[in-house]
Amino acid sequence: MAVGIPCAFCGVRPFTEFTFGGEWRELDAPDAESDFQRVYLPENAEGAQRERWFHVMGCRTWSTVVRDTRTNEVG
Amino acid sequence: MTGDGFVRDPLQARALDMAAAADRSGGRLTLDREPFLTQVSLRLDPSLASRSPFPLPLEPNTVTEDGSHEVLWLGPDEWLVLGEPHTGAQIVEALERALAGEHRSVIDVSANRVAVELGGTGRIAVLATGCGLDLHPRSWRGGMCAQTLFAKTHVILQERLNATRMLVRPSFADYLVDRLLVGL
Ligand SMILES: [Zn+2]
Repeated sequence: MAVGIPCAFCGVRPFTEFTFGGEWRELDAPDAESDFQRVYLPENAEGAQRERWFHVMGCRTWSTVVRDTRTNEVG
Repeated sequence: MTGDGFVRDPLQARALDMAAAADRSGGRLTLDREPFLTQVSLRLDPSLASRSPFPLPLEPNTVTEDGSHEVLWLGPDEWLVLGEPHTGAQIVEALERALAGEHRSVIDVSANRVAVELGGTGRIAVLATGCGLDLHPRSWRGGMCAQTLFAKTHVILQERLNATRMLVRPSFADYLVDRLLVGL
């Protein structure tokens, strides 16, 4: 069974309808140092990770999803 | 608007293939072209939806009808208005008049996709050979639409009374028919 990604509008859809938008991160940072951290130093968690997924083949909106990077379990 | 003489249905050459496939299926499946279906793309803030002359569905992935038009929900601020062939100019004008002054986008995109209508009781099984959606009647019913993948191509599916309409890019239309015939 393909990994299902929950879209905020369409419900759970196959991940093939989405593009991966990377780890969730703040939209902005107060200073250059933390901005560098925000953009270039992802956490790359082993386990539950908050991620952004774009429903490109569907309603073309972004959703925030928690995925376990070891099992691909989405919850 | 382009003169009729310049308009060509990308699936014209496949009409015989489609009819033959329907024959082979022994009545389980029909495959029909819907040439020149009018399609108008509407982008609009959903809070202005009531201003539209065509009722806009606000529930995701559903369709509303008003007799001669169907409106598909494509996104939270995006709809596709379907109408009879060569009615694009009227639909655009009706929308532009009703939404004048508002931030919106109204574009005739009739040439953007080709429509194929699948009929017959076997159509869902054929769809399921290439589509990751849950097509069980508990979650896929008449009056619903979805943008998804069928095999390798993006499709808009619209579930109608005893038929499923598939909208694909013209350059994928041949592929879609080939792939449907494989699934048969
Ligand atoms: Zn979606």
